[in-house]
Amino acid sequence: MGRTIIDKLWDEHTVADLGDDTSLLFIDRIFLHERTGSVALKGLETAGRTVRHPEQVFCTMDHIVDTTPGRTDDTRMPGGREFITSTRASARAAGIHLFDLGDDRQGIVHVVSPEQGIALPGVTLVCPDSHTCTLGGLGALAWGIGSTEGEHALATKTLAVRKPKRMRIRFEGRLASRVSAKDLILHLISRFGASGGVGYAIEFAGSVIRALPVEARLTLCNMAVEFGAWTGIVAPDELTFEYVRGRPFAPRPDQWDQAVAHWRTLPSDPDATFDRELEVDCSQLAPQVTWGTSPQHGGGIDSLVPDPAAETDPNRRQSAERALQYMGLAPGTRLAGLPIGAAFIGSCTNSRLSDLREAAGVLRGRHVAPGVKAICVPGSSQVKKAAEAEGLDDVFRAAGFEWRESGCSMCFYAGGESFGLEERVVTSTNRNFENRQGPRTRSHLASPATVAASAIAGVLADVRQLPPA
Amino acid sequence: MEKFTTLTAVAAPLLRINIDTDAIIPSREMKRVSKDGLSEGLFAGWRYQSPGSREENPDFILNRQPWRQARILLSGLNFGCGSSREHAVWALHEWGIRAIIAPSFGSIFQGNCVRNGIVPVVLDNALVEALARQVEADPAHNLVTVDLQDGVVLAPDGQRHAFSLPDADREMLLEGLDSIAVTLKRDAEILGFRDADRTRRPWIYLPTNG
Repeated sequence: MGRTIIDKLWDEHTVADLGDDTSLLFIDRIFLHERTGSVALKGLETAGRTVRHPEQVFCTMDHIVDTTPGRTDDTRMPGGREFITSTRASARAAGIHLFDLGDDRQGIVHVVSPEQGIALPGVTLVCPDSHTCTLGGLGALAWGIGSTEGEHALATKTLAVRKPKRMRIRFEGRLASRVSAKDLILHLISRFGASGGVGYAIEFAGSVIRALPVEARLTLCNMAVEFGAWTGIVAPDELTFEYVRGRPFAPRPDQWDQAVAHWRTLPSDPDATFDRELEVDCSQLAPQVTWGTSPQHGGGIDSLVPDPAAETDPNRRQSAERALQYMGLAPGTRLAGLPIGAAFIGSCTNSRLSDLREAAGVLRGRHVAPGVKAICVPGSSQVKKAAEAEGLDDVFRAAGFEWRESGCSMCFYAGGESFGLEERVVTSTNRNFENRQGPRTRSHLASPATVAASAIAGVLADVRQLPPA
Repeated sequence: MEKFTTLTAVAAPLLRINIDTDAIIPSREMKRVSKDGLSEGLFAGWRYQSPGSREENPDFILNRQPWRQARILLSGLNFGCGSSREHAVWALHEWGIRAIIAPSFGSIFQGNCVRNGIVPVVLDNALVEALARQVEADPAHNLVTVDLQDGVVLAPDGQRHAFSLPDADREMLLEGLDSIAVTLKRDAEILGFRDADRTRRPWIYLPTNG
């Protein structure tokens, strides 16, 4: 019987069958960051244990580092310095790779990981961070774990994991201009719910996915966790191989052909069966934007805020009512045209070079509306450098955006910077939870193009209807 | 890790769906590189009057009697979704929670519970709602029992509801095992796998640091 890509990677990494659908899986590469990796490294030290194969373990500073120019170890978040210095000391003592502040490889963990060739097709990769599923975009089996599991992976090079069910979601049709991977995943979550993928590893497939560039596949897989999935994955293909080739930790030239030959065996067999299959027609898909406090509270930019009263499920109705109260919205309000106070482009979802190009394409020759605070935070020091080399920083600045150093920045509020009470923000990030971007801040998730178009208009805006520059 | 066998306790209904780990412990409450001292930040956004303050919101269930003594939480589907922060589980544990009953859990959160002595019990939504109704009728006396040994929840009305956990998770909780020590019993297998894999997929293996 044929196997799915998930089965193949599972089998290939199984050290031992522990019974009850649970396997001891070999973990190829581990990534850490200062927010949750620090406590894992410290826990290991306290227990008197060491990192097995430190050469396969990587650490970056991204979560709470300052993103304003001229930054130091000091953070806007009270007490943040301890996370940075503790991580640095532990990483050095353990002998793992550290991409510290000032290192030109520093950046958001899931942006750095593909960029440096650490995440590859077919690897198992874990990180104590829920958005590790991003790396499924390269055909890696990658998932987020807790810090205690992180200690386990560091000490043993393995994790005991119960095998998830397998789902395939085919995106068919053709995406309209300015409609992106972010819109695909937001649409999927709003249609099937934030727990639609619970218990599953999901292969994203179909004609739309095959045509997506690798960076867009990373965006798509990034929000698999917002769908409740254990992880998401896209089968590697020629686009993936071209993306990976020559990166610092990718296979060396003398290993390349062997690696690619292996990667070509990974896609799901034609007769593979999945526990669940879904198909999404993308031809009519509009740019998406959320209106509530769960990623499932979303719809097309041309739609109206729904009336919770129309919701038949009482739990979903209650959740929608609570969300509208938090967001300060009334049922029936048109999403396009809703005034915003801030715009944010960044995060592991949408801060790669292609995202910045997309946003800059909208911003070129235009300016953000008066009173809108607009910030762009490149996903890594490499992204920032590449963007500056092609003049994108000038486009952002000329349009009225702040241009920052790389990091997670205002994707979440850690006690430092926030957008302000009841401020309405259009954001290229992945979570619109209550208080996520600041106390009582109201977040509307959208693509970088929609964020840029909205920043210019001063209201949530349809990027397909841009005024002339 | 402390063992869990059976627990009879006050259960607090918090029947919202998709309660995320940002709500369980906001990032601003994760102040130190430590697993301790987090209970003060538990549900901080709901539990206190305003962000950063410690003035209690009297309407929040865990600020009311007898729920201040709750050891069990009842919740809606997808509890613990979102961020992987294990701090959510450390905060719940330090506050006193030892079992959570919900229709489903965020997958990373569920794994974190098991590694910290909290039992994630999956029951149908209708059963969780029935438990909540019974508890609310007389919260100090209508206690809920979670019996991990037998895999049942005993409701205040005397009904028994079976639940299951993966064998490995159940054993870890019952025995209070250190998962690293358990795995290292298989170290010869792990090293054997690695050595064979190095030949099969040499590009995975990087030069030793230093």
